[in-house]
Amino acid sequence: MGRNMNSVTKTVLAIAAAATAIGGLATPAFAQRDPAYAAARSAGQVGERMDGYLGIVVAETPALRRIVNDINIKRRAVYSERAKATNATIEEYAFTAGCQAILATVSGEKYQAPDGSWQTRGASAPLRDPRCP
Amino acid sequence: MNHGKVSGRMAAAMFGTVALGGCITVNAPEEPIVIELNVNIRQEVIYRLAEDAGNTIEDNADIF
Repeated sequence: MGRNMNSVTKTVLAIAAAATAIGGLATPAFAQRDPAYAAARSAGQVGERMDGYLGIVVAETPALRRIVNDINIKRRAVYSERAKATNATIEEYAFTAGCQAILATVSGEKYQAPDGSWQTRGASAPLRDPRCP
Repeated sequence: MNHGKVSGRMAAAMFGTVALGGCITVNAPEEPIVIELNVNIRQEVIYRLAEDAGNTIEDNADIF
């Protein structure tokens, strides 16, 4: 009996391991930020807005506008899909993602504070809307 | 009877005030007007969506 259980356990573990391996292969490596976006972000030219979208922090240029529009169009598509799946409005979903995206900023990156001003993320927690989780 | 007279006087006084006021000047505020569009988003909704939104950001790291 103990032997049987052991082999069953082994089989289950083997299947689980195989599934994990296949899953690992099937999942593509997480896509990286476009180099131009990454550069604008770390340079503080663009920042995370409260509403879940990317904003231009410095004087607008056509290049920055292109980067920001491209990201925001893609974000909106994702928000739209997830909002539908979670029975929320796009605005609600986007705002929630904004809370998380601001929290995820790293030192030196820009984000929008509840008063609408652009802030540079430092070592301490970012200034966020009181409704943020 | 007296009531009518009083009302008439009040109306005249009010008209006078408006007339004396002449035109109303409205100055544009110096600060830009910020319309808070997010006020109707409830905290409980945000809490419900938080986990899903966190996963969405992780799964779409290229656009966040």
